[in-house]
Amino acid sequence: MARALTFSFLFALAMPFSPALAQPVVADLSSHRVAITSSFAGEDIVLFGVREGGGDVIVVVRGPPQTRVVRQKERIAGIWVNRDEMAFSDVPGYYALAATRPLKEIADAAFLADNQIGPDRLQFQVMGDGDPAASETFRAALIRSRQQNGLYVVGTGPVSYVGGILFRTEFHLPAGAPVGTYSAVVYLLRDGELVGFDTTPLFVTKAGLGRAVYNYAHDQPAAYGFLAILLALIAGWASSMVYRRA
Amino acid sequence: MQIYLPIAEMSVNLFILLGMGSVVGFLSGMFGVGGGFLMTPFLIFMGVPAAVAVGTEANQIVAASLAGVMAHWRRGNVDFKMGGVMVVGGLAGSALGAWLFRELREQGQIDLVISVSFVVFLGLIGSLMLWESARVVLRSGSAAKRRKARRHYWVHGLPFKMRFHKSGLYISSLLPLGMGFMVGVLASIMGVGGGFFLIPAMIYVLGMPTSVVIGTSLFQILFVTANVTLLHSVNNQTVDVLLALILLSGAVIGARFGTAVGAKLKGEHLRGLLALLVLGMAARMAARLLLTPQDMFTVSPLVGG
Repeated sequence: MARALTFSFLFALAMPFSPALAQPVVADLSSHRVAITSSFAGEDIVLFGVREGGGDVIVVVRGPPQTRVVRQKERIAGIWVNRDEMAFSDVPGYYALAATRPLKEIADAAFLADNQIGPDRLQFQVMGDGDPAASETFRAALIRSRQQNGLYVVGTGPVSYVGGILFRTEFHLPAGAPVGTYSAVVYLLRDGELVGFDTTPLFVTKAGLGRAVYNYAHDQPAAYGFLAILLALIAGWASSMVYRRA
Repeated sequence: MQIYLPIAEMSVNLFILLGMGSVVGFLSGMFGVGGGFLMTPFLIFMGVPAAVAVGTEANQIVAASLAGVMAHWRRGNVDFKMGGVMVVGGLAGSALGAWLFRELREQGQIDLVISVSFVVFLGLIGSLMLWESARVVLRSGSAAKRRKARRHYWVHGLPFKMRFHKSGLYISSLLPLGMGFMVGVLASIMGVGGGFFLIPAMIYVLGMPTSVVIGTSLFQILFVTANVTLLHSVNNQTVDVLLALILLSGAVIGARFGTAVGAKLKGEHLRGLLALLVLGMAARMAARLLLTPQDMFTVSPLVGG
């Protein structure tokens, strides 16, 4: 909880707008913890909330920031080979967007750009000495790839009203969703003006055997390597015994 | 039933994995080949990251080769001295291979190098096997006995000679050392045991008796793949034990049936079939390199600096 509070506090500081009303919009998730277990094949999360006095709602869910390299293939001697590359940081590992109406009808371009609402408005940082002018095609390719993997989703579950003041939307975390802290932000706008927002965290963690394996492999790589060998030796010896008897 | 692989970070169907493991196990039981050069491409075709496919497959081969070595050891078909010399070369080679692997991964060229290596080796082995079996089938098995005397004069002029009693050889230790080294590099980069390269080399270059060749090569592969497993775990964290164990369970079942079926079929026909399969896989790999990709861009995590 402390973490969640810090998070919303930081977010409030970072916001260019200060909400005039005390919580005109409140939102929560069906679940704040998603456990990636051995049988994980994706999960649907429901976001629901209450808004005060009408207006449009935009919901943005962002995954943890990542660094990614995008490489462009080029044909060399008949073979497709990676040539130019560009590295980006601050790439959300997941991004979902839903709104009650088309964005252009809800808010002006400046608001959407400032708050990075919509995958094409995401601001990735170019790492190293990459040429910012050439970065556009690489950035577009990165977004395209994430959309294909179901990591960037737009309007899959549009925000709908339940009896006037209640609203709900659904978003899907695919099997390849990264672990980390996600944030769901709900904006309430009236006549293009932000009247309130609320943010709520979502923790995606590996669990069970998969978590143990992953953590061990990354925290104790040498011990993990020896364990992998030992397991293989036991398995090989066991199968050899089975054969011998048969 | 979907299962989430913790290191590959993807969700796959458990039965497809078990099925793949048993098909490769079946083929290796039937033809007496290691499964690495079939399994690693299969995993890559499935969408497993190439680096994970290689590291995991090395881990699986540890198990398969131990089972094989034990069987050959019981029959006294392992030349431990020869194997030991090859292991020394293999450890050095796999260390070099693992270093190369990491460098290439940072450069974004590892997928290319793995694919090209498979196209070259699968293509070469497939063609040789097809040619060999076609030749024998056409002559209707009349003469498969052209085992020429080994006349490699330069080979016998090399220094550091050693006596290998089990194989009845007195040859330069540089030869098994160098062969072990090359297989070590291949194992690190391709996730294969390297038997397809080692066995012909041991027969034709070293002139070892065929009875001890398989056991000895498995002995060397056991140590080399164990080293590759360790190095890939430390350098790249790309060994998925869960995936390795699933594939292995499938392979154990498949190999049983494969051995039984293999005993009933004619060797040359079998080899022809395997050759076609291997060539098909080489073609599939080559298509990935030659055909215009749907998307010119690839995205991957940032590795290293």
